Amino acid sequence: MCGIVGLYLKNKALESQLGELFTPMLIAMTDRGPDSAGFAIYGDEVAEDATKLTLRHSDESYDWDQLAIALQDSLGCGVEWFKNSKVAVFKVQTDADQALAMVRSVAPDVLVLSAGQSIEILKEVGLPENIAGTFNLSGMKGSHIIGHTRMATESAVTMEGSHPFSTGMDLCLVHNGSLSNHNRLREELKRAGVEFQTENDSEVAAGYLTWRLQEGDTLNQALENALKDLDGFFTFTIGTRDGFAVVRDPIACKPAVLAETDDYVAMASEYQALTTLPGIENARVWEPEPATIYVWERDQ
Amino acid sequence: MKSINLAEKTVRDLNQALHEQAVECTEREWEVLEPKGQHNLACGLDQNLSVDIKGHAGYFCAGMNKKAHVTVHGNAGQGVAENMMSGTVRVKGDASQAAGATAHGGLLVIEGNAGARCGISMKGVDIVVKGNVGHMSCFMGQAGSLVVCGDAGDALGDSLYEVHIYVKGSVKSLGADCVEKEMRDEHIEELTALLNRAGVDEDPAQFKRYGSARGLYNFKVDNASAY
Repeated sequence: MCGIVGLYLKNKALESQLGELFTPMLIAMTDRGPDSAGFAIYGDEVAEDATKLTLRHSDESYDWDQLAIALQDSLGCGVEWFKNSKVAVFKVQTDADQALAMVRSVAPDVLVLSAGQSIEILKEVGLPENIAGTFNLSGMKGSHIIGHTRMATESAVTMEGSHPFSTGMDLCLVHNGSLSNHNRLREELKRAGVEFQTENDSEVAAGYLTWRLQEGDTLNQALENALKDLDGFFTFTIGTRDGFAVVRDPIACKPAVLAETDDYVAMASEYQALTTLPGIENARVWEPEPATIYVWERDQ
Repeated sequence: MKSINLAEKTVRDLNQALHEQAVECTEREWEVLEPKGQHNLACGLDQNLSVDIKGHAGYFCAGMNKKAHVTVHGNAGQGVAENMMSGTVRVKGDASQAAGATAHGGLLVIEGNAGARCGISMKGVDIVVKGNVGHMSCFMGQAGSLVVCGDAGDALGDSLYEVHIYVKGSVKSLGADCVEKEMRDEHIEELTALLNRAGVDEDPAQFKRYGSARGLYNFKVDNASAY
């Protein structure tokens, strides 16, 4: 099955409560996906000439300070970082290509979960409630957030196989469903220069969007192309630095519900996950149409 | 009226209390508060009860209904009134996919829109939708009627048997073996009665009728591509 939830704030006054509003949404989807969970949160932006990386190491006592010093020395730029469980968020005063290349060369055993100006990805194997607690989700602030509770079907129950997947700057994708042409598509995308870290079908969907955006598509165009090229069942929720999108395949086997008020847009696999949001009683609640793209984007 | 608040009781408590009415009916009117999209509300009822669900319902609401009158004052999730035998189910908002699937009898009224595969494999139920229905509605429908006051999506009535389909708005496409048919007096009469039963104010003369061309009833190799 899998459960998907997303919350995109239109009212900036709610940004300090993003994690608090989102925690019960993620936990409500435990029945749909109890094996792992994760979320991508947007906010706390770094400057245009800096890069924010979410890094993970399986050893919780990993020496992040040493990595920060190594990056500082080799790049000759400022590095700030903080740790959250096995994950560390690094803010590096250089462009993403340089920062990523250097992390890979000095710390090849560190996994890069995301790179961008705004995004942070936190995910683990286990019950959604425990994962929300581990990362102190309810205390987090931000502009929008996308989460996933996984019931593995296409690949193993591992942290790497849990969602969200990020394959490009500030882009993330969560998926409920299964893709049938991911193996061939993965090979084609690799030839186009997209890198993959897992055998997971959903990572291919994320990689596909990254490739389309690199080719110059808008988010809307990339999703239109995805509807043509991705074969299988899917409800996707996609996050970008400024935007939030939902799309379902033409058969629309996988559920989705959207709710909108003046304050927010929320999506979930099932309405149950939306019931704790403020003003949900008077929200516009509807089921997204198959093969139809829904996009919300903030003005720059 | 008996009131059950699902913030305090479980869905199992609710359904058990409703099922007990089939043995000795002491309370005909029920209201369900704070349903909050939970699944399997008011399922398997077997008594002439009136159940008002005050909010949104999750999957399979009022499934297998017999005799009861269930109203959802909100949206309903997938498979509302699935396999209904008799009675009435009314959804004030929208319904998700597979509304009224395989239902044998009774009346399902959806005041908003219905999603994909509304009335899939229906076997005698009457379904009246005030809004639109999604793609593949009435797929393999066997008996009963589907009335759509709005528009119908792709492949309406694909592989249809004997369901009578009436659509007021546009039909995006007809499925295999489904054709538009002449609207005769008996059909106006049937449609008028259905709209009246559903409490929907529409002019029957503005609807078109669709049904099975019966070309797929027996296997013919010439039809192989249509199966």
